[in-house]
Amino acid sequence: MQTLNSYAPEIIRIVMAVVGGAVVVFGNALVMGYMERKLAGHFQRRTGPMEVGFHGLLQLVIDGIKLMSKQLVIPAKADKPLFMLAPIISFAPVFLPLLVIPFSDRIQGFDLDVGLLFVLAIASINVLAVLVAGWASNNKYSMFGAFRAVAQNVAYEIPMLLSLLAIVFMTNTFSLRGIVEAQTVWFIVLQPVAFIIYLICMVAETNRAPFDLAEAESELTAGFHTEYSGMSFSLFMMAEYTNMFIVSCIATVFFLGGTSGIPLPYFEYTGIIWFLLKVYLFMFFLVWIRWTYPRTRFDQLMNLCWKYLLPISLVNLLITVVVVKL
Amino acid sequence: MKAYFTELFTGAWSLIVGLTVTLKALFSPVVTVQYPRQKIDVTPNYRGHIDLIKDPETGTHRCITCGMCMRDCPSDCIYLEGEKQEGVKGKVLTLYTLDYTKCSHCGACVEVCPTQALDYCDDYEVAGFAREDFHYDLLKRVEERE
Amino acid sequence: MNVDVIEDERQHHFVLNMGPQHPSTHGVLRVLLKMEGEYVLDPQPVLGYVHRCHEKIGEYKPARAFMPNTARMDYLGALIYNQGYAMLLERAAGIEVPRRAEYIRVITSELNRIQSHLLWYGAYLLDLGAFTPIMYAFDDREHILDTLEDICGSRLTYCYCRVGGVCKDIDDKFIERTRAFIERLRGRLPMYEKLVNGNIIVQKRMKSVGNYTPELCARYGVTGPLLRAAGVEYDLRKAEPYSVYSEFDFEVPTEQQGDAWAAFNVRYREIEQSLRIVEQALDKLPEGEVMEAKVPKKLRLPQGDYNCSVEAPRGELSYYLVSDGSDIPYRIKVRTPSYSNLSVVPEVCKGMMIADVVTSMGALDLVIPEIDR
Repeated sequence: MQTLNSYAPEIIRIVMAVVGGAVVVFGNALVMGYMERKLAGHFQRRTGPMEVGFHGLLQLVIDGIKLMSKQLVIPAKADKPLFMLAPIISFAPVFLPLLVIPFSDRIQGFDLDVGLLFVLAIASINVLAVLVAGWASNNKYSMFGAFRAVAQNVAYEIPMLLSLLAIVFMTNTFSLRGIVEAQTVWFIVLQPVAFIIYLICMVAETNRAPFDLAEAESELTAGFHTEYSGMSFSLFMMAEYTNMFIVSCIATVFFLGGTSGIPLPYFEYTGIIWFLLKVYLFMFFLVWIRWTYPRTRFDQLMNLCWKYLLPISLVNLLITVVVVKL
Repeated sequence: MKAYFTELFTGAWSLIVGLTVTLKALFSPVVTVQYPRQKIDVTPNYRGHIDLIKDPETGTHRCITCGMCMRDCPSDCIYLEGEKQEGVKGKVLTLYTLDYTKCSHCGACVEVCPTQALDYCDDYEVAGFAREDFHYDLLKRVEERE
Repeated sequence: MNVDVIEDERQHHFVLNMGPQHPSTHGVLRVLLKMEGEYVLDPQPVLGYVHRCHEKIGEYKPARAFMPNTARMDYLGALIYNQGYAMLLERAAGIEVPRRAEYIRVITSELNRIQSHLLWYGAYLLDLGAFTPIMYAFDDREHILDTLEDICGSRLTYCYCRVGGVCKDIDDKFIERTRAFIERLRGRLPMYEKLVNGNIIVQKRMKSVGNYTPELCARYGVTGPLLRAAGVEYDLRKAEPYSVYSEFDFEVPTEQQGDAWAAFNVRYREIEQSLRIVEQALDKLPEGEVMEAKVPKKLRLPQGDYNCSVEAPRGELSYYLVSDGSDIPYRIKVRTPSYSNLSVVPEVCKGMMIADVVTSMGALDLVIPEIDR
């Protein structure tokens, strides 16, 4: 009895965190799916979805039903177990980083001391999923997409981490909550270079245009998910949207002061409004550049990373360290 | 070294300029039309498939069954028949069919017609499920028309 | 097709089959790419997926009945193909065309060229992964299509020219709309420059992709904007002015680098030159008939062979007709520009990355039905 009493709140917390994570993942996929299509439309001076529901609000629901009811086609020469496993590998880990993100002062799964490393480590699993998907499809286009994705993600993780490390040196903590609390001034003001580098790496890490070389539909038809259809395809899509959400959360935590904003009543809970507002600002930016720029070439993408982002982020880190230690 | 930074900054600037263009478009009115709900007027000169004109004076078509259109059609999509009838000068049209699947809107039939009996209609929603849906009986169409 | 491509013993080379259904081949073109990693060792275009025997059809019908077929070869330059064929028959039968008809042909052809270039502009950027420019280009292009539809009755596969003129006169509404369009497009071009031409990613993607030299172009018969991108100032409208082109003041844009970026710029600048021609033609438009009255109903071409070349949006278009004296041609041969332009792909795209092959084929502005005919 005593055990149950002492454990009950912890169990409730875990259940709430899992349910909350699921809500965020699916809710975000719905919101982003709609937002992306609507914004894409208006960027191109068309309307986007209009038919289902008011201004196409229910379009994503209908799409979800369609994708779920579609047959899963597995190519004859594909590696069947791996082919089925890849979307799951891609989708399953995206819940975990959500647990450590401080949505508001009280809304957080748990505060890890190594929150940042945890998030980055889990986010890297997505690369494995892409590689497995590309390999198992037994399709040359998929293979190309997978190889590109691996090279790209491995390369861009370095400047991404280096730019965030500059802030870790300033705050002396990896804990995301600690970083939010350390910001009296938003770090976008103190670390503008790190912010820009992170912004670029964020696009590359999520495989979004103009760095969507893993998909690159004009070269590789659809890249690593060429052979996927129905629900397995939508798992990849949901993983992509959730990854976008996660990197935007990290950006918000590191550069825009997390929940800070005009105080509202019950701020320890309502801070989430400011937080989500900032997150969706980043998401808007991701959509905006996708519908503006052409795709880069693979060697140019690598040049950008190794010749520009990496040296600049190293110099930035060095200057930060010197200034902090002075 | 100088070129390195020049390229960096001009490049970054060009990207920002690009973003302003799409942002401006985001707040501009849309230019598309919601097709099945809204429709744009068809120009009177639109070339749909051909139709026999109904002469307001006689209340019927003006075809004299000369067969010029049938001969001039590059794709052989027109077939017509006429027969002699008691008390009527010349032949009377009994059948005029158009195989619209072959027509390429060249306008040879309309231009060659000595009595200006043919004209383009402005139907543009002409989807069908079978080839036979596009074998039009123009004589029947002209009789049914108001 | 080169069989050696497939039977390669070295296992680290593989063949990537780009097309016939592929997002960046704009139709049913198939390119066999022998690859080593991301690099293309040997690209081989495979043609014939939309062959419709247009030339053979021409041998079974009276000469003037071939007119609708010309529009279906190049669906983007239909009026120019119309004009070329009409000029061929007029040259063969010795028919004079009224000046007003010539002017109308030039105006509609140049509008047609602009819409072809606008579509290419958008589609090329789509190949490079930018989705938005094609929508803006379509927005502008739609104005041309509407204007032309009002005159020609169709939106894409026009059959407007006739032997001895054009089938319908233009009216004040058309002139007004065209002038409004010229104004509009001139206002929009700076927007395109800001969005696309100045963009660093676009420039990086296109610069030094492909190496067209005048010698290479001469060997393969490459014409049109690609030849001008290699630095040769050759445009049939200037080199041997047909119709009434000699009466207009316009430039032939050329570039020296001979890469995709040069071809891009040549085409882009041609839009402005075509606008200039249309503007001048509208100013000078003479009064009169649009159709020569004395055209025989049955057009018998004197025995002999005839040739006529015009500048299509993609290069030099030639019609060659052999007549045996009857009203049905003995042989019609069409020399379409994309066919020759595509044939440089194996040489130019050798050793490129796959993304550059897409860039380089986009710069060719291929219209597949025109290649296969």
